[in-house]
Amino acid sequence: MLKKIFFILFTGLLLACSSDDPAPDPDNGNGGNGNNGGEGTTGFDRAALLANWADNIIVPAYQDFYPTTEALEVSVTAFRENPTAVNLEQVRTDWLNAYRAFQWVSMFETGPAEDLRFRARLNTYPADTATIDEFIATGTYDLELPSTIDAQGFPALDYLLFGIADTEEEIIDFYENDPTAVNTLVYMQALAVNIKTLTSLVRDLWQSSFAASFKANTDASATGSIDKLTNDFIFYYEKALRAGKIGIPAGVFSTDPLPQNVEAFYNQEVSKELALEALLAVQNFFNGTGANGGNGRGFKSYLDFLNTIKNGEDLSTLINEQFDLARLAINDLDDNFATQVQTDNIAMLEAYDELQRNVILIKVDMLQALSIDVDFVDTDGD
Amino acid sequence: MFSLVNHAYFNRTIKTAPLAVFRVLFGVMMLLSLIRFWANGWISKLYLEPEFHFSYYGFEWVKPLGNWTYLIFLICGLSALAVALGYKYRLAIVLFFLSFTYIELMDKTTYLNHYYFVSVLSFLMIFLPANRWFSLDALQPGFALREVPRWTVDSIKLMLGIVYFYAGLAKLNSDWLIEAMPLKIWLPSKYDLPLLGDLMQQEWVHYAFSYGGALYDLFIPFLLLFARTRWFAFGLVVIFHVLTRVLFPIGMFPYIMIVSSLIFFSPEFHESILLRLRRGLIKLNLYRAVVSASEWSWKPKTFVVPILAVFFAIQLLFPWRYVLYPGELFWTEEGYRFSWRVMLMEKAGYAQFKVVDGVSKKSFLIDNSDFLTPLQEKQMSFQPDFIVEYAHYLADHYEQQGYEQVEVYVESYVALNGRLSQAYIDPKINLVTQNDSFKHKTWILPFNDTIDGL
Repeated sequence: MLKKIFFILFTGLLLACSSDDPAPDPDNGNGGNGNNGGEGTTGFDRAALLANWADNIIVPAYQDFYPTTEALEVSVTAFRENPTAVNLEQVRTDWLNAYRAFQWVSMFETGPAEDLRFRARLNTYPADTATIDEFIATGTYDLELPSTIDAQGFPALDYLLFGIADTEEEIIDFYENDPTAVNTLVYMQALAVNIKTLTSLVRDLWQSSFAASFKANTDASATGSIDKLTNDFIFYYEKALRAGKIGIPAGVFSTDPLPQNVEAFYNQEVSKELALEALLAVQNFFNGTGANGGNGRGFKSYLDFLNTIKNGEDLSTLINEQFDLARLAINDLDDNFATQVQTDNIAMLEAYDELQRNVILIKVDMLQALSIDVDFVDTDGD
Repeated sequence: MFSLVNHAYFNRTIKTAPLAVFRVLFGVMMLLSLIRFWANGWISKLYLEPEFHFSYYGFEWVKPLGNWTYLIFLICGLSALAVALGYKYRLAIVLFFLSFTYIELMDKTTYLNHYYFVSVLSFLMIFLPANRWFSLDALQPGFALREVPRWTVDSIKLMLGIVYFYAGLAKLNSDWLIEAMPLKIWLPSKYDLPLLGDLMQQEWVHYAFSYGGALYDLFIPFLLLFARTRWFAFGLVVIFHVLTRVLFPIGMFPYIMIVSSLIFFSPEFHESILLRLRRGLIKLNLYRAVVSASEWSWKPKTFVVPILAVFFAIQLLFPWRYVLYPGELFWTEEGYRFSWRVMLMEKAGYAQFKVVDGVSKKSFLIDNSDFLTPLQEKQMSFQPDFIVEYAHYLADHYEQQGYEQVEVYVESYVALNGRLSQAYIDPKINLVTQNDSFKHKTWILPFNDTIDGL
């Protein structure tokens, strides 16, 4: 044993001299060869984990999402040229399809999506209807501006498709007969094009270059892909899913409930569906699978590997069980969370609590097991 | 105790060179550390950007001073340089101690044992005649001294010895020795190290590092003390600290410790270092020979030895204060800081605060990122004194906003050394009714496990 200790200490010294500047590691992309604790030896293959995330989950999720945005744009264009009740129904169907598919990419706010502020531009709610009305009336707006994030994306379309007038008849009547409908449809089309364009940008960047650099960055540091995406995943689960979809409408962060803050508020029927979709996407990602495949390399298998070293609690099972409990609690809710909040907010708060329990298991226990820092701050440690 | 002062030991002398070398290296390392700190933008990030700072008990009045904070760092840096040069040394080291300690007291979020070590060491140096050789001060006729009392050099050795030995004692617990925690968590995450990455996945390596680290800390002061083992010990010092530098984000500290341990070497060794430095300075035309070195032996002012005796008594006793508190030290952290407990545990928490208007009884949860930086939130979430201080801050904030008789509750969970997280603070306690103090905090929930050992 002593010899081994000295051997390690000695190699450590030799390496230390070169460790200040991390050497480029050409082998890191192909699982198992680089210094990523490859499975060929004794460790967990981090490169293979990143490959599964990028190739089998993230890129396919964008590839699934993009056609739905295309279909949405097509039907909006048709509706603009010919504003009938039938065409409106088609837009609504395509809007919901795209909104559902978006729940599978929303959590990957890293790289191109982060640069484009993808999630904020596609799904900031509640929509700012006053600003939207103003943009429609004046016809001048710049959807690139950070100040316009709550006047675009799916929530803005939600308003135009379901909330522009009080009743179904009045909405159809508005688009068929109202003099301002033309401008509204122009704006609606701009929104649909905007969603499609942003999605194609993110998808293309992942396919052309980002996936490769993402997979190659197997660093254990805060700038490594695993650290960054793990933080993004947790941020999404905590802020966008737990708080955004359930907690904020339930009034957890305010003195009173805020039913108008539910996702797809004007639609009034799908806030639960979207929340369940997002929860499934999150749980699948945790287990290393996407909507259509994945080889199971993910947080679960990583935790299971680390557990073979430390014989701790079976954390991945606890987390999965908690996801299931959260799903059960959400399933009990009304299809329209706004109704739920107004009739029986206790059930909504219970769903929040179930989601919250996994924030602790993921943010505290999982991060500790993976030895990843929350929102890493670049300072010295002890 | 003070009769010891007349013991023959206190009449022994030693060459001044070791003190001089130590002074120069210490000043240079401090100057580099401060420049690095400044260049990394940490002054602004850690002291200017946060709107709220966590204070040490009794030092609530020590706060960053806006842009004047830079001036404190400037004073600190210049005094470090003056210490290295031995220019107006006494004033410089006092200024250094005060400014450095002020900086550390501004926000306990950034507490590191290393910083405490620097404060303690610079305090000790105030009383040592480290400027009597190889310094600008020593250019005054008759100021330079070839020899100083031996205890002045030994006091630095003693301080270093305490740091190492106590750090070693702290590792004698069941988590460290039986579970190889927290290294079992930390080392596998270093999978990307060249060559070592795969080794870091192996359980026997975690144990080897745990035991190696504990043995190193416990025995290195003694190995450094004896001439026969000194070079071997110094090799270990270099290897150990370089390894910690490779494995952990530990800043300048490894280099400071490596340099400090040179104090254990013989006066001849230090004189040869000075000889080389002198040659370099002569080449640069920067050297002026000392006019006259006095053989008169330096005697400290009468108060110095008693002060240092009290100082070392505190150093020896203070780390043990945790035994006065009930509960598990790692869990409550009552008596954890200022005790050389270095890299000893992996602890993480989650604290969800609830603010209640005591009149309307309406409540809402707090998003900590609205008030704290990520680093502050991280440190706050598993340390009770931070939690109660933050709760008071929240209460003040919301009372200013018009809420009445604000109550603050926290639901918090903490995971320690790989154990499953468990509830940490009593969620039924209105934290506004509690205050930070040295008394035991009864509202910390009990730890559901035991950690044996010191």
